[in-house]
Amino acid sequence: MMEFDFSGIIPSLPGLWNGMVMTLQLMALGVVGGIILGTILALMRLSHSKLLSNIAGAYVNYFRSIPLLLVITWFYLAVPFVLRWITGEDTPIGAFASCIVAFMMFEAAYFCEIVRAGVQSIPKGQMGAAQALGMTYGQMMRLIILPQAFRKMTPLLLQQSIILFQDTSLVYAVGLVDFLNASRASGDIIGRSNEFLIFAGLVYFTISFAASLLVKRLQKRFAV
Amino acid sequence: MNYNWDWGVFFKSTGVGSEIYLDWYLTGLGWTIAIAIVAWIIALTLGSILGVMRTVPNRIVSGIATCYVELFRNVPLLVQLFIWYFLVPDLLPQNLQDWYKQDLNPTTSAFLSVVVCLGLFTTARVCEQVRTGIQALPKGQEAAARAMGFKLPQIYWNVLLPQAYRIIIPPLTSEFLNVFKNTSVASLIGLMELLAQTKQTAEFSANLFEAFTLATLIYFTLNMSLMLLMRLVEKKVAVPGLISVGGK
Repeated sequence: MMEFDFSGIIPSLPGLWNGMVMTLQLMALGVVGGIILGTILALMRLSHSKLLSNIAGAYVNYFRSIPLLLVITWFYLAVPFVLRWITGEDTPIGAFASCIVAFMMFEAAYFCEIVRAGVQSIPKGQMGAAQALGMTYGQMMRLIILPQAFRKMTPLLLQQSIILFQDTSLVYAVGLVDFLNASRASGDIIGRSNEFLIFAGLVYFTISFAASLLVKRLQKRFAV
Repeated sequence: MNYNWDWGVFFKSTGVGSEIYLDWYLTGLGWTIAIAIVAWIIALTLGSILGVMRTVPNRIVSGIATCYVELFRNVPLLVQLFIWYFLVPDLLPQNLQDWYKQDLNPTTSAFLSVVVCLGLFTTARVCEQVRTGIQALPKGQEAAARAMGFKLPQIYWNVLLPQAYRIIIPPLTSEFLNVFKNTSVASLIGLMELLAQTKQTAEFSANLFEAFTLATLIYFTLNMSLMLLMRLVEKKVAVPGLISVGGK
């Protein structure tokens, strides 16, 4: 049997903190980019143009049927090539940027479905009223529909963000030093990888669990 | 440096033995399917038990199930995988440890870890679906069974579960598909499943885009065919007289 010794964690805390900052950055950028792209996709899906809605539908189906890890790996290897084709010269780009792009594009598919459901949950009369007031499509969406829809779907968006918070750990595959990778590295150095793994698990658990409790509370408050 | 497109790359020799790249993909697909199916069997069995536990009128029993769900849902899959692969073997008694670390070949031990990890991870999700299914049934079902003198196990086995499963097929399908996608984490502990084979193909052949396009197509086809299959099953077993409930 092995014995546990957690004392090595305290001196490593600054390194772990840097990893956590990386994790939070990945999550925040992924969520913001994902929601923006996801909203555009949702509007495309809901638009009257068959072409636009089919493109968005294909995008969503495509990204929802492949693993996130595949997207992360592929983008990591492919983005430098694509950039070279676009710019015509070698553009060095790190794992961080390619992971952000991967998260944004992948999460957009999931956020799109949330936003679409949110928009569809707004009573039809709201649209009719906006049109009767002479609003253009853009004004109607921007001023009337989306603000209400976002309010309704806030809990779902947050839940998806918690899932993304956990999924950021997959950047381990491309060697980016997020919280999990930082814990593994610091643990390996002093030969205490098991303790650091348990610690990492506990931290992830505490954050996700606390966040999901908050979301549940919010859900009750937002309930119509 | 230019990129040489070559869609015929999959029929070229890998340079390892007499294999062509397509063989690698087939081996990888085999592992992916094997992991997913074994993990799914674990998840469906344990998930059903825990799902029932969550709805049982006993605080301790349902509390245990709730703790399980919260624990396994709030720790990232990759962390769980590392725990099963690196940490748990260290906690085993010495003779089991030797067997796991020395007697088993690395592929088998990685396979065991992934299957257990993914099985228990998905259990938490299946548990929630089963619970939702049971709770979505009209209260009268349980009351009627009780009035007929059924005991609690009989109520679940004969009345509640058969109906609950039929309602939750759509969300269970999406969990089943998630298992297939989640098998890809196995590549990070060296199991040569579909994603790992794809990476290897990309590195060996330098035909990065073709390699990943094929992998995407395989995942996509797998997903779509399973979804269509489950839709057929869903239609076959739909509970008459209910507007579809329990869907996502």
